Amino acid sequence: MFLVVEQLLNGLQFGLLLFLLAAGLTLVFGIMDFVNLAHGSLYMMGAYFAATFAAWTGSFVLGALLALVATLLLGIALEFVALKHLYGRDHLDQVLATFGLILFFNDAVRLIWGPAGLALPLPAWLTVPVQIIPGVFYPAYRLLIIGVALAVAAGLYVVVMRTRIGMLIRAGASNREMIGALGINIKLLFTLVFGLGAALAGLAGLMQAPILTVQIGMGENILILAFVIIVIGGIGSIRGAFMAAIFVGMIDTLGRAFLPDLLRKVLSGAAASTAAPALSSMLIYLLMAIILVVRPEGLFPAAKR
Amino acid sequence: MMPNLNVSNAVVAVLCAALIMLPVYSAASGNIFILTLFTRIVIFALAAASLNLIMGYGGMMSFGHAAYLGIGGYAVGILAAEGIGSGFIQWPVALIVSALFALVIGALSLRTRGVYFIMITLAFAQMAYYVATSLSRYGADDGLTIYKRSDFAGLINLSNRTQFYYLCLACLFGGIYLIWRIVNSRFGLVVQGVRSNEQRMQAIGFHANRYRLVCFVISGTICGLAGALLANNTDFVSPAGMYWTRSGELMVMVVLGGMGSLFGPVIGAIAFLLLEELLSQFTEYWALIMGPLLLLIVLFARGGIMGLLGRFNRA
Repeated sequence: MFLVVEQLLNGLQFGLLLFLLAAGLTLVFGIMDFVNLAHGSLYMMGAYFAATFAAWTGSFVLGALLALVATLLLGIALEFVALKHLYGRDHLDQVLATFGLILFFNDAVRLIWGPAGLALPLPAWLTVPVQIIPGVFYPAYRLLIIGVALAVAAGLYVVVMRTRIGMLIRAGASNREMIGALGINIKLLFTLVFGLGAALAGLAGLMQAPILTVQIGMGENILILAFVIIVIGGIGSIRGAFMAAIFVGMIDTLGRAFLPDLLRKVLSGAAASTAAPALSSMLIYLLMAIILVVRPEGLFPAAKR
Repeated sequence: MMPNLNVSNAVVAVLCAALIMLPVYSAASGNIFILTLFTRIVIFALAAASLNLIMGYGGMMSFGHAAYLGIGGYAVGILAAEGIGSGFIQWPVALIVSALFALVIGALSLRTRGVYFIMITLAFAQMAYYVATSLSRYGADDGLTIYKRSDFAGLINLSNRTQFYYLCLACLFGGIYLIWRIVNSRFGLVVQGVRSNEQRMQAIGFHANRYRLVCFVISGTICGLAGALLANNTDFVSPAGMYWTRSGELMVMVVLGGMGSLFGPVIGAIAFLLLEELLSQFTEYWALIMGPLLLLIVLFARGGIMGLLGRFNRA
């Protein structure tokens, strides 16, 4: 029972983290019609920046804040130097160009920080387990991730649904040419949205950093999960991304935690221990396949294109 | 039909002659390295040509072609590990399994278009990658060493470098001939028609997705063959070889050479792998140059190398 609660929280935490990544991706895609494979690299850079700045300043919180700013600036610089030339181009061109950027970032990180991973140690006050319900302890840091991610999600909701900028963002997602024709500075809006997406990716990366090691290629696997999420949720839809991210985070975590035991009840020990890891890593892709069959446009499509 | 004598055709002809004569040069100069390098290049050219069939002619941007390389390779590797060394069994199995995988993921992915299609083929290929990493009986993450290359009962010896090179080259030319026949057949014209205007083709009465799916499966099967060749070339298969960056590299080869031209992927594979080889001799951090170069190619050299050559044709 306690294990179930713990794994549910793990699933929620992972799902929220995925949401931060997928939200930026889906915003950028929804508004600029731009596929950014290098989004995972921004996630990685967030983690590397955090590890470096935390080591410099000696403070985890200060390091994290500096890393957030650094990723935001990096995102804006990236947009300004390279990516804005790719708006309006073929999706294939965008995929190839940002694929090139991934190669670049991976080797740049290897050159600067070396091939070995970094560790981002937590301050003592975040390593203590917290008693959430009697008898169940949960790491304080993971609770912090859940809290921060929920706050960001709520903030994003308010910004997108309740402010003028958010109105422009939504308008941009449903009809780009029209808001340009209405006299909105689209270029500025694009840069802003891209920076926001980059900061969200950086935030996800730096928060994940103390749990996993900070290493080259860390952004790639999670980027593909983010793709799965926006396909399931419907491209361009923040609400869809949120639902799908929680869903995927839960299924992935619970599948890995409980599937081996479940299979052992049905299959023989040897067969179960071979099938379980394969099946639990396939689980979300199977889920995606099913959703595609039922609703090819995703669960919560943003707009009819 | 007699091909026109123009710059791009002349380049292709010279290139083919050079590929055929390469083992002679290698034997004469004692340069074995160039032969092993070009064996690899020829195999990747075949994989890129298969991707070009669906990307260039069918308009289907598959970001998961490395999966077939892995599946073809694992079919050979797993059968070899289980004691079935005959290529007459290994290779047909590699082709059939690749075709079946293409059929399943094609049927699902083709429900979508555009970016969704790119992401979904990517996700399914990643799924295949994760399955490969969990094959604990066959080396899991570390990969599977193939101790004996496919045995063709004395017909051809795959351990002989020259014979193996010519086998790969024959597969490449055979694959390109097949693609050429497909592209110019009624079937191929329908596929190209669907690429340019799906609604119109539907209205004329073609079941667009069926044509697309068959094309997707043919492409996957050819790529599975490349996978079987690659496994024999390296005597090794591993999940790393079907990681998504490999799919990206195949896409780059196709676009670099010239998407939708018959020999474009061959030129792209040669250019990409030679560049990679040169840069990695020059610096350990070759991707630091390759990455931005890719960005520049996308921004400024659309149509790839074949497109550039095509400009001379009119001059």
